Amino acid sequence: MHTTHAENEANYLKYKGKYKGLLGWILSTDHKRIGLLYLYSIGTMFIVGALLGLAMKFELLAPGKTIMNAQTYNATFTVHGVIMIFMIVVPGLPAVFGNFLMPIMIGAKDVAFPKLNLLSWYLYVAGVFLVLSALLFGSGTPDTGWTFYAPYSFKTGTNLLPAVFGAFVLGFSSILTGLNFLVTIHRLRCPGLKWTKLPLFVWTLYGTAWIQLLATPVVGITLVLIALERVFGVGIFDPALGGDPILYQHLFWIYSHPAVYIMILPAMGAISEIIPTFSQKHVFGYKAIIASTMAIAFVGWLVWGHHMYTAGMSGTAQYYFSLLTFIVAIPSAIKVFNWISTMYKGSINIQTPFYWAVSFIFVFMIGGLSGLVLGALSTNVYVHDTAFVVGHFHYIVFGGTGFSFFAAIHYWFPKIFGRMYDKAWANIGWLVFFIGFLALYTPMFYLGLMGMPRRYYDYLEEFHGGNILSTFGSWILATGLIIIITNLVRSARKGPKTESNPWHGKTLEWSVPSPPPLENFDEIPVIAEDDGPYNYK
Amino acid sequence: MEKTTQITHDHYDAEASKIGMWLFIFTELLLFGVLFIIYAVYRYMNSDAFHLAAEELDRFIGTLNTVLLLISSMTIAMATTALQKKNKKLTLLLSSVTVLLGILFLVNKYFEWGLKFSHGIWPGSEHMIETMSQGEILFFGLYFIMTGLHALHIIIGLVIIGFAMVGVNKGKVNSNRPSLLENAGLYWHLVDLIWIFLFPLFYLIT
Repeated sequence: MHTTHAENEANYLKYKGKYKGLLGWILSTDHKRIGLLYLYSIGTMFIVGALLGLAMKFELLAPGKTIMNAQTYNATFTVHGVIMIFMIVVPGLPAVFGNFLMPIMIGAKDVAFPKLNLLSWYLYVAGVFLVLSALLFGSGTPDTGWTFYAPYSFKTGTNLLPAVFGAFVLGFSSILTGLNFLVTIHRLRCPGLKWTKLPLFVWTLYGTAWIQLLATPVVGITLVLIALERVFGVGIFDPALGGDPILYQHLFWIYSHPAVYIMILPAMGAISEIIPTFSQKHVFGYKAIIASTMAIAFVGWLVWGHHMYTAGMSGTAQYYFSLLTFIVAIPSAIKVFNWISTMYKGSINIQTPFYWAVSFIFVFMIGGLSGLVLGALSTNVYVHDTAFVVGHFHYIVFGGTGFSFFAAIHYWFPKIFGRMYDKAWANIGWLVFFIGFLALYTPMFYLGLMGMPRRYYDYLEEFHGGNILSTFGSWILATGLIIIITNLVRSARKGPKTESNPWHGKTLEWSVPSPPPLENFDEIPVIAEDDGPYNYK
Repeated sequence: MEKTTQITHDHYDAEASKIGMWLFIFTELLLFGVLFIIYAVYRYMNSDAFHLAAEELDRFIGTLNTVLLLISSMTIAMATTALQKKNKKLTLLLSSVTVLLGILFLVNKYFEWGLKFSHGIWPGSEHMIETMSQGEILFFGLYFIMTGLHALHIIIGLVIIGFAMVGVNKGKVNSNRPSLLENAGLYWHLVDLIWIFLFPLFYLIT
């Protein structure tokens, strides 16, 4: 490398390169700065998405019109979904923590293609602005739901094209990140870091990257077809011209089900880092976690049909999808056993990231088991398109990915900023958030079983009690979020400085100073034969 | 080569860029794969109409374009070999032939599409909706989407080859650092390969 030793002593936050100020960030190809760029942009969009969610819950506080009419409600859940799925949970952990930590964890100075990495962020931002332009301009906000189902997506008069195109561009950003990570993990591991010594977070990023790479083009071209259908009327998905709208659903879910695993695999990876550190014990069943990660990445491809049991499908196909759905639950359950066994007889250090990790397991179990209710044919038909699905989905995606994201930010915060947050406030924030989460989403299971459909701005009087509890929950959850975000933002600038390894972690990122120097390592580390990411004595 | 003290991570890893290109090719295959699946489904559902509609296509232009692309794939492969043999002039010549053949392909495509348009055949045209069966409309819809997307890939491929040629000319792409030209070649072969499937599916199976 061309870097002199003196230059590398400046940490990545302070380093002054060719450009200064903001330009020094948005033109930087440093994986750590790009990770933070993602953190800030994803964080901003998360607040927007959360406000839309709060608005929806407020509308459901009472039957009938509360603050918005049916059309506005449709637009709100559509935009909430598009933002939360395509801009937050899909890129979330890989783009923020994968970018920041993966190269350090494998003992590399950067990702394989640093410029491509920066391009991915620009594509992300472009996608965000495209979607937002659909809100601000044209003939009304998209109202199709985030799934853009045919034929409504080319019949609706709302301004759908920029949203669809934005989702396409966001997908391209995701593909390039996945490609970059795959090449990086293959080529840039430091000497001695064999595949069987990779930290589990890196392994999950590896599995995720394959899904990003192979599944995203499928939804990409499907969205292009929707756009062509709107502009020209080619007829591919238009029953009036001989096309088949159910084919659209198949193609959409061939991506969008594996995409669920894009969301959850890195979340599982972060938890697999946090639990050994706070138990000071080797992770239980390291190879089983790797095998189950890859199994999820593979079997996750074959279960998309369980979104479409009631859409019109042969009985044989239904049995097949139902069976595979049950099979894909097994590797996830294996991981839960591994995490709990890691804690067993460990020397547990109860800190904020550990609270988040343990509550992750709790909500993830409920989300997973309610998923089996939906994966089973007979019960699915009963609760399909009810609030039950919304409850399950948020338990898995918000409870899974969201809790893991907060666990990860509290775990790696001292590494990223070199400062510690206020631990008491962090714990209070977690507790309030957790209580709010349970109050917000648990009633949805009950409401769904009682027959309340999803995606309606109105409901029958008998569902009033459950909805009041759910809306109160959303306010508690928002309070928790405010506490957490305020604490983190404040501490990033004013928190007390911290040592390089406050949690006594064993993975490589804890061996470099906090915040890490510009090129991570003065010398590329070498992993000895008996060294490993979880070797606690 | 001048030594700069820039802090960009300026390491050259030919293996990494090759893996990267192959991974990108996988994504392209899945992109087209979806369209091939749609084609298969609708061909199965409307086999007679697809048969009828395929008669409309000009087999001569299709064959000509196939030959052009096959030769262009050969010339770009030869260009890569010429670069390895450090023959800069020949590399540039063979790459230019590839670009020329690619442009010829697009010119043919232009006339072919133009002829269809003059017969009132384009996606969503009233003529089609009034006179054609649903299967035929689907056939032409797929024809325009798939050959159109393929033509877009030809243009992208030409741009990449163009960049590689600039690199060769400046000496940045050379026998020690051939990745850009090699990857441009790989991409061009992909574009060629996709056409090898499009040609029989639209022109030959009737």
